[in-house]
Amino acid sequence: MSTSSPSSSTSKSAVPALAALAAALVGIAIAFAFYVAPEDADQGISQRIFYFHVPIALTAYACFAWGAVKGLLLLWRKDERYDLESYVAIHQGTIFGSLTLLTGSIWAKASWGHWWLWSENQLVLFLVLFLFYSAYFMLRFSIEEGPRRANISAVYALFGVVLIPVSFLAIRLAENIIHPTVFTRDGPQMSGVMFLTFCIAWLAMSVLAYALYRLELLGKRLDSNLRELRELLT
Amino acid sequence: MSQGEYVAAAYGVVFVALLVYVAIIAAKLARLERETAELAELARTRHADV
Repeated sequence: MSTSSPSSSTSKSAVPALAALAAALVGIAIAFAFYVAPEDADQGISQRIFYFHVPIALTAYACFAWGAVKGLLLLWRKDERYDLESYVAIHQGTIFGSLTLLTGSIWAKASWGHWWLWSENQLVLFLVLFLFYSAYFMLRFSIEEGPRRANISAVYALFGVVLIPVSFLAIRLAENIIHPTVFTRDGPQMSGVMFLTFCIAWLAMSVLAYALYRLELLGKRLDSNLRELRELLT
Repeated sequence: MSQGEYVAAAYGVVFVALLVYVAIIAAKLARLERETAELAELARTRHADV
């Protein structure tokens, strides 16, 4: 069965434009982070990691949520293409999740003097979320390809989405925190220029993730179509 | 390590990850191109046989 969607020709033409937009936005975000945003009075230059670390973490959450949405659509509409879309979204989420852990760890070392603190709920919960979605691949590739694998993967992706609000709200729920809480009920605890820089970086990471998602999906669909063609010819 | 070096390391990690990802995609595209050429050759052989 082919996994191509009716919109696949539109996807092909959109990928180069999306990639160019992502590259431009990432360039603008770096320029803002280093040349426009003022230096933080408390943390100094190391605070500039925030402009990439937090948008990457939010993008990871969005990718996992997108994977769950696609999983739900698969269970609801029984359309095979949602399985591949859910898998690719979770794959992107795992990449962005590992970058969140790496950049966060470097920032922690620069600011707190530790690479990792097991006492920090925010860090541990994000690690749990990351490991949960890493196990998704072990589960997926241990089952033979077909509707059963698609359904089990979709259910697993849906279970993981419960961890997202828990991980996101952990820094507000925990009291003994070192991890900074920048966004409170009173709004963002930073200057207007800092917030603008953060928003540009967030937009850049979101567009980059979407461009990579479409690119990976395109490659996987092409691979699947070629396999089908090979089976027909041989 | 200085604070500036930590910042460079954090941004460097993201840049390297992106480069690795692009390299993986490029390798995959090269494989797909090779497979497409093989299939085209197979289709041409079939067409000539008919």
